[in-house]
Amino acid sequence: MSSGHDTADIQSHIKVYITVFAALAALTIVTVAASYLDLSTGEAVFLALAIASIKGSLVASYFMHLISERALITWILMLTAGFFFVLMFIPMISFIDQARTG
Amino acid sequence: MDIPYTVEERPDTGLFNAKLGVWLFLASEVMLFGGLFSAYVFLRFGAPEGAFHEWGKELNIPLATLNTMILISSSVTMVMSWASLKLNEFKKYKLYMGLTLLCALAFLVIKYLEYTAKFSHHIYPSTNTFYAIYFTLTGLHGLHIIGGMIVLFYFWIPGNKMWDSRPEQFTNRIEIAGLYWHFVDLVWIFLFPILYLL
Repeated sequence: MSSGHDTADIQSHIKVYITVFAALAALTIVTVAASYLDLSTGEAVFLALAIASIKGSLVASYFMHLISERALITWILMLTAGFFFVLMFIPMISFIDQARTG
Repeated sequence: MDIPYTVEERPDTGLFNAKLGVWLFLASEVMLFGGLFSAYVFLRFGAPEGAFHEWGKELNIPLATLNTMILISSSVTMVMSWASLKLNEFKKYKLYMGLTLLCALAFLVIKYLEYTAKFSHHIYPSTNTFYAIYFTLTGLHGLHIIGGMIVLFYFWIPGNKMWDSRPEQFTNRIEIAGLYWHFVDLVWIFLFPILYLL
């Protein structure tokens, strides 16, 4: 089923998976440790979401193979991300409007 | 008649059909969770200043950290089960898939312990807006874990006969089941800090 080239390829992938796992575990500890720092709410939210984004990118890029996936999937995900940010922006619009109108 | 493009790539998309289908499904899942993340932002801003942080202090951070580690581990065992099939090592596939299911079960047991601890302290979704969104988000995520477990269990034992007749198609099935499983892990990566740590 697998050619010699495939086998070597998969074995190098396995090394990457183990490295990514170590990075994810380390970043989880960093996230928890950072939550005990004396930061303002804004700083804490930024830091926690930044670390979560790095962890999410690692999972998507390596475990879900997005790093070597076809362009069609990248386009679908970019469109999805656009709509996701619109969803995130809806509460913001509401609060900006409330603040403006008092 | 066989279903087309289960193994070979479609010339126009460059993908086998099921992979494109799962990615489109995951895009819809992003919108499902996105709506609830949006509700979280709305409720957090609507609550008195610092209230979400105070209410969230009742949650068990060590247990949730352990659960995060368990789910990350399950993602690795999941991808290793696929890699084992690529290497033609069926016994290793069975081992890694079994470990993935074990991690999923451990995650649910810990979640059950967390929920029952909250209920014993009379904390329910109706207690405040934080717990309303906490139970909604973690409950929906838990349902995704259960759904994933059903599919993975099928591929682990009853559905593994396909490996003998159509090994490449079976390997592709494990790959796309893995995509879903990693997505569930990815959602938890964001749920953990926003619910437990902020």
